[in-house]
Amino acid sequence: MSIEVRIPTILRTYTGGEKAVEAKGDTLAGLIDDLDSRHAGIKDRLITPEGALHRFVNIYVNDEDVRFLGSLETPLKDGDSVTVLPAVAGG
Amino acid sequence: MLTLPKAFLDQVVAHARRDHPDECCGVIAGKDGVATRVFEMSNADRSPTGFTFESTEWLRVYREVDDADEELLAVYHSHTATEAYPSRTDVLWSRHNEFAHWLLVSTRSDEDEVRSFTITDGVVEEEPVSVT
Repeated sequence: MSIEVRIPTILRTYTGGEKAVEAKGDTLAGLIDDLDSRHAGIKDRLITPEGALHRFVNIYVNDEDVRFLGSLETPLKDGDSVTVLPAVAGG
Repeated sequence: MLTLPKAFLDQVVAHARRDHPDECCGVIAGKDGVATRVFEMSNADRSPTGFTFESTEWLRVYREVDDADEELLAVYHSHTATEAYPSRTDVLWSRHNEFAHWLLVSTRSDEDEVRSFTITDGVVEEEPVSVT
């Protein structure tokens, strides 16, 4: 199984500058673990120590924000595309 | 320094006035440091004290800029009751994204207050806005 993960510029230090990498997982949580096994440290940028999705990132599966799907439990299948973006906010 | 065509600056201020009393937000894309276009974004918070880029819209805009080989030159947003200066919240969020410049507009009075900043590692530095 192979899923393309698009990485934003700010996180490409973890992927050796690559803007897209391959990963696998049955859920988004599993995919992130898989990513971290090859790109050490990226998980900490995506998931808080409490195990929740970081509010500073948006993750999309097939262009849908996972916060509207199952968040970290969003199921994944072969051929899905995952995009990570920095969230933007302020006040 | 942030260099902007007058039309872009006018568009940003008009957006801020239109969304007042809520904060407005948007992106200015550029190529090699030259501003190319303005994306007026929706503030998902619809709040007078905060903004968040609506996530689906942000994906579309990010892709459009990326596909055109342009860069995220500036993020702009308005403060509706305070000065056009990055708040602590702005500085916090700056650590997590990729904009070269932060453009602030204040709509607290009829006077046009527009100021630009870089924020690097949490350090705010004001810069001039050059209008072409």
